[in-house]
This record gives sequence, C-alpha cells and structure tokens, in this order.
Amino acid sequence: MAQALKKETKKRSSSSGAKKSEAAPAVKAPKKIVRLTAMDLAEKQREISVSEFFTKNRHLLGFDSPAKALLTTVKEAVDNALDACEEAGILPDLLIEIQEISETRYRVAVQDNGPGIVKAQVPKIFGQLLYGSKFHRLRQSRGQQGIGISAAGMYGQLTTGKPITVISRPGAGKPAHKFDIQIDTRRNAPVVIADNEVEWTPAHGTRVELEIEATYKKGRHSVDGYVEQTAMANPHSQVTYVSPSGERFEYARVAQELPKEPQEIKPHPHGVELGILLRMLHETKAKSLRAFLSGEFSRVSPAVADQIAKAADLPVLYSPQKAARTQAEALYNAIQATKLMAPPANVLSPIGEELLLEGLKKQVEARFYAATSRSPSVYRGNPFLIEAALAFGAEHLPADEPITLLRYANRVPLLYQQAACAVTKSVIQTNWKAYGVLQSRGALPTAPMILMVHIASVWVPFTSESKEAVAAYPEIMKDIKLAVQDVGRKLGIYIRRGLREADAEKKRSYIEKYIPHIGIALQEILDISDKQRDKVCATLKDTLERSRS
Amino acid sequence: MSENLVPKIKKEAKGVEDMILKKKKPTMKFPVRSLANVRYLEKEGYFEIRGMKKERTLTVNTVKTFAQTLRMMALSKTLVETDDLATKREAYYVSKNWGDARFLEQTESDTVMDDVEALFEVNREQMGFAPEEKGGDVSGSLVVVDKDNDTGKLIRIDCTKFGSGAYSIPISVEHLKFETDAKFILVIETAGMFQRLVKHGYWKKANCILVSMGGVPTRACRRFIRRLADAKKLPVYVFVDGDPYGISNIYRTFKVGSGNAAHINEFFCVPQARFLGITPQDIIDYKLPTHPLKEVDVKRAKDAIKNDPFFQHHKPWAKAMEQLMGMGVRAEQQALAAHGLNYVMETYLPEKIAHPERFLP
Repeated sequence: MAQALKKETKKRSSSSGAKKSEAAPAVKAPKKIVRLTAMDLAEKQREISVSEFFTKNRHLLGFDSPAKALLTTVKEAVDNALDACEEAGILPDLLIEIQEISETRYRVAVQDNGPGIVKAQVPKIFGQLLYGSKFHRLRQSRGQQGIGISAAGMYGQLTTGKPITVISRPGAGKPAHKFDIQIDTRRNAPVVIADNEVEWTPAHGTRVELEIEATYKKGRHSVDGYVEQTAMANPHSQVTYVSPSGERFEYARVAQELPKEPQEIKPHPHGVELGILLRMLHETKAKSLRAFLSGEFSRVSPAVADQIAKAADLPVLYSPQKAARTQAEALYNAIQATKLMAPPANVLSPIGEELLLEGLKKQVEARFYAATSRSPSVYRGNPFLIEAALAFGAEHLPADEPITLLRYANRVPLLYQQAACAVTKSVIQTNWKAYGVLQSRGALPTAPMILMVHIASVWVPFTSESKEAVAAYPEIMKDIKLAVQDVGRKLGIYIRRGLREADAEKKRSYIEKYIPHIGIALQEILDISDKQRDKVCATLKDTLERSRS
Repeated sequence: MSENLVPKIKKEAKGVEDMILKKKKPTMKFPVRSLANVRYLEKEGYFEIRGMKKERTLTVNTVKTFAQTLRMMALSKTLVETDDLATKREAYYVSKNWGDARFLEQTESDTVMDDVEALFEVNREQMGFAPEEKGGDVSGSLVVVDKDNDTGKLIRIDCTKFGSGAYSIPISVEHLKFETDAKFILVIETAGMFQRLVKHGYWKKANCILVSMGGVPTRACRRFIRRLADAKKLPVYVFVDGDPYGISNIYRTFKVGSGNAAHINEFFCVPQARFLGITPQDIIDYKLPTHPLKEVDVKRAKDAIKNDPFFQHHKPWAKAMEQLMGMGVRAEQQALAAHGLNYVMETYLPEKIAHPERFLP
C-alpha cells in the first residue's frame, strides 16, 4: 500500500513538469507510515558543496595515488598556462620546476609568459571549484570544466596544509601580485591569506606554486613522459622542465607560429538534451521561439526555426519562457526530426600533418614517419577531428613488444586508463596485419613503433572528470580508425617495399653464392677451360637476374 | 655398368651447359621416387619404376640444390674414374670443402645422392658411394668365395666355422660366389632370434642358411640373398614380427623393393621370398601373447591396403592385413618364448616348414 502510494506520487511529480530539484514535496505524502516527518528530513537535507564532494571523491579528479597526484597537478597547471598563452596570441614559453621536499612531498611550480590574470579574478580562479571561462562555451581548449587547478590547490591544502601561491603580472608596466590562497571547502569559496605586490622579472605571465603530497617516478606514465609528450603535441611552445632529481630538459620550439585560433561555437541543436533545452528556453532573453532557435543555436536560420516550430506544432512567435515540459519535448522531437546542416567545423585547431611529423621527428629517431590530419566530423552535434602520426623502426623500442600508443585530447597527453579509451579500442580493432605489422587477437600491434592519435573537439567526451580516456562514441571510433588506417597504409607501403628489397637482396646473394659452384661442377665433369667456365657463370647469372622468379 | 656412368654424367652436364649458353634456365628431369610411381611386375616379382618424372628448373630458389646436385655428380665421376669408394658419411664430409654449397646435415647429402642415383638409374655403389651400415649376418651350411684385397687370390669362407659369431655380408657382393648344399634360406628380422637359432645349431638340424636382417634389410643384404638364391635355386623363407611394420616395410621391401629406390628394385629384390611368419593366423593357432596395435600400425596397415601395389595385387595379403586389423593386435617373433624358450625351434619352425605351400606370397 505504502509502496504503491510512493510510486504514485513520484509519477505525478515527474509528469508535472517541475524541475527534479524541486520534487521535494513528494516525500510529504505517506505521512502516517513513515516515522520521520518531512520536517525531520528537511533538517538533515542540506546543500553539498562541490568542494566538499570532491574532497571525498578526489579520485574522480585524478588524485587517487601520490604518483598520479603529482602528474595531475603539473598537467592542470600546464593546461591552463598553454590555454592562456594561446588565447592571448602569445607563443608559449613554459617553465616547469618540481622540487623534492621529502620523499612524499613535492613543490610544483609552473610559470608561463601568458597575459597574466587581473588581481580581482585570481582568488576565484585558484580558490573556487567550477569557476572558469571554459565551461560555459563550446570551444576547443585544454581545460573544460574549471575544476583542474583549484582541485590541485585543494589537494595540496588537504595533504600538506600549504596554500596555493600565485604570482601574476597582467601586462608590462602593471604591478606583479603574489597571493597565498586557501579554499573554504564547505562554502566552495577562496580565502586569501596573503596578497602583496612583489618584484618579479617577467613582463607578463603567471607562476603557480603548490606543495603536495606525492611520489615521483620515472617513465612513460610519469611527469617526465607527460612533459615530453606535451612538447611533441605543442610544437609552437618552448618548454623547460627541471625534474625532482635536478635534471634539466629543454624542449625547443619547432613551429614559429601559433596554431589557428579555435572558434567558439553555439551548440548544435542535435547535440542538446531535453533538460538543457528546457533550461535554455527559460534562461533565454529571446522574445520568440524563432529568435530563440536562430539565436542560441548554430546552423538554425529563421526559416529553419519556423520549420521546427511548425513541426513542434508551436507558433513561431511563442514566448520561450512560457514553455513547459510538454512543449519542450515537442520541440525536442521536432529538432531531432529536422534535417540540419552539420555544425561549423572550421572552428577546430588541428596540429596539422606537417607539425605532427616535425614534433615526432624531433623526439624520436626512427626509420619511417607518417602523419594524417582528417577533416572534421560530428558526434552529438559537437564537431571533432582526428589526427594520427607514427614513427616506425624507432631505435630504442623493442621489436617484440606492443607499440607505444600516445593519446592526445586537445593537445593534452592522456597517460592513464589506456585500455578504456576509444583511441586504444580503435587501434586494436584496426587490422595491422594488412600493413605488414604483427598483431595478436585483441591486442595492440607488435612493432618498434610509436603511434600518436589526437582528438580535437569543442567538447571532448571523457569517461570521467579526470580526463584520462575518451568515450567510445561510434562516430569518434570510426574516424579514429580511418585516421589510423591512413597512416597504416603509408606504413604498409614502406614495409612491403622493405620486404621486396630484402627479397631482391636475398636473390642477389643467392646468385652470387651458388653460381660459381655450378661453374666448378661443370668444369670438373666436362673438363672445360677456366675461360669457358667463367662464361657459363656470367651467362647464367645474367639469365637469372633477368628472371623475376 | 659403371663404365656407362661417366658418359651419362657428362651428357647430363653438357645438356645443362648448353642450356645456360643458350640463355635458357637449365632443367633436369628426376624420376619421382615414391610408391605412386611404381608398378608391380607379376612375372618378374618386383616393383618397376613408371615413367613419372619431375622437372627441376634452375631458378633463384633452386640454385643451391642445383649446384649441390652438379657437384655431387662431379664427385661421383671422380670416384668412378679413380675406382674409389666413399661412404655416404664421407661424401657428406667431402662437401664441407664446397664453401657455401656444403651440406649442413647428412640427410641433405643423402637426398641429393638418391636424386642423382635415380637420375642415372644406377645403384649408389656404382656411383662410388657406399652405405655406412653393414649388410647383415649369415650362419649355416654355406661357403662364400671372396677375393683377397691385396693378392687377388680367392678365399673360401665357411659360414659354419664362426662358432657363436657369424659371417658379415660385405657392402659390395657382386663378385661373390657360393657353395652350398642347404635346402633353404631362412631370413630373420631380429638379431635376438638369429642368435638363438645359431646357438642351438638350428641350421644343422634343418640344413639351412640363416640370415639376420636387423630390421629393414640393406641393399647389400637383399642383393646377397638374391644372388645366392638365384645361383643355388634355393627357396627363401622370411620370419619376421607379426605386425604391419614387419609385413609391409620389412617383408615387402625385401621381396619386391621400395618406392624410394624404384629404379634399382630389379636388382635389389628377392622375388622368390615367401612369408613364413608370424602370420595373423599364427597368433590364433599358436595362442601367442599380443600387444594392441598402435596408431601408427593401423595407419601403416590402412595405407598398405589402399596404396601399396603389392597388397593390391596379392589378395591373400590384403586379407591377412584386414584380419590383423580386425584382431587389433600384433605379436613379436619372441612371443613364441611364452611356450618355452626352444619352442620356436622344436615346434613352430618344423611345423611351418613342413608346409611351405601354406606360406603367404
């Protein structure tokens, strides 16, 4: 009885068109049976601050182990630095320094020559989660959510108690400020501990310093590998890295021009979900449905807007704010049924075939290189494009082990969760044997090879907030495969040519080796002269070399 | 026949040289060496080679074998011309002077040797090559007339005078002559059985000549018995294990030759041989202890019935083989010892030899 009642109320609440967060009154109904009153419950119910949530779920952000925490911290700071430089049209010049305080404690500093940050914004950017410029727009950038660097700061605060230190000069002639910032995790708000004007040499830029609990390891999954791979995918940047063991790595700038600036786009109607559509309807300033559709989305002209409205059985001058769930759903279905142009694709900024090759050649000594940069495609209304490059016959790689697969999303190397990533799956599903490369069933190919795959998109679909693996949308998988097949075919041509040459070489050496013996034997049997014998050998050699078999 | 070999080798080599000088890829035609390329001659009683030939063209892939074959021919020519003899093993070592054309294993040189032998349709002894293994052991009322290597004088070897030992068949037997008053030749598969019969003087009692083959008989052994049986008009009785190997490999090869050396079966067969035992019927009649047939035995038996011209021609043999497979067992010569160690001499052999007409062909 009580169960049935509960179900009933739930159903009513969900069909009433009210937002889910406002469904609280539903709990009120089964008064006599439930021992706690709605009032009791209400006392226990309170807002969970995002920062509090992430304190408890730090693994979601990539801070699950001390080794990964170091990498994630560096990664978030570097992502921000590169994004800031590029947006300001400055060729990035990065300095990454990691200092060992103790075996379990490190101080990370990342400094850029970017535009700097205005004083008022600093606390919020570094001391409040989900604050940033990137979440609200669709544009290809490294960071997406505005969680990264503040989460790193929070992690440092939790493990070492030290605040995050930021020095920034927002332009030549302006004063440089140094801040010490902590996060009030309950309120998700920054607390500025210190704010001083300081002497700082760079004309503009930002330096972030964090002290965190971490461990440092060498190898491909470590900061060392991350910095190297970042340099490969960002040939327009100059990177200096000082490792905890004091080694200094300089990654020189390969390209003297900034990559094409990515454009911000409005969402494409086909990629919008019902809930978001409803919110957009309520928040828009547009006075009519026509103005709403053509103004808030890409690829919707007023004519197309009218067509959608007609399909949804709504007047074109219908006021969007009046729309309830029923109308929104009708509109949603009308949008899905309407044929629309694909979203603009020239908004993306690929690395490009040429720079992919140069970046790869700079880092890896190999016998053969190939690269491809595909034209953009669309998944769920979001444009994306895939690039792939490979270096085959790399000197330092073993021939009998799986290839080294380097995955990138918006130029950021992905170091963890390789198996869960759409890139890995696509590479495994590619038939490498067709290109003369060994491959066991369901495994990466076996070759002394590095394969780079880059996905650029206004919104890269990651499997989690720690941004380690790309979700396996069929459209994305298909394009990755096409890109990989393209470089694979180029490799296949090279390998087959090599095999043919080896074959011809073997043929030559066989002829060289054994023809003299035929001459000797014939001479012994037939008592012919040396001259005659040499003539026989020369003629036979000529005959065999001409033949293809 | 050896005298004809050198011109044959020269002719073949000349053909190769001519083709090379005409800018053609030289070819050589080798007879196919397998049971598929033999036919059973009923009257003569042996496997005769049929005309199937495999043409080998000199290409990049065959240049090594071609060079080795020609060098083997050259070596053979030298051996024949100098009246020398090299064992198969020695020939293999001679090739070690051939640089890149040398053989890595003796099996490789043996194969090339067999090819050359078949190419010229001669016996490898005629080419100056000799097998390593000895021919077999002989005991009984026989005098072998041989020549002394140094003086060339005739030597008479009395095979009754070896005590508990035996006369050893030499590699080359063409020059031997025989004196005997024995009634038959008993050819035995295993050295163990031979030893027992020698030790107890069975040849004296039965007035026969005993020969031990020690497994599949060597060419020399076959040729020795053939020449002896032909010269003295003696019947030849074969006594081997009652299993597919003893019947189809040992007895069949002994009597009619093999597919591998089909080109020389004419000389290396003993068509007058008859199968004394152990027959499948013996296993039943003499209540012999048995072992189950192994998988290879069954395969060999089926293969014999299906592909071997000898079994196809001799219905009693096909039947006997079927019977053996039906029984699913095999019995060794030594199984007779189950009835007493000397049962074989005192009962089995006398009973069998009393009725040679019952022997399998």
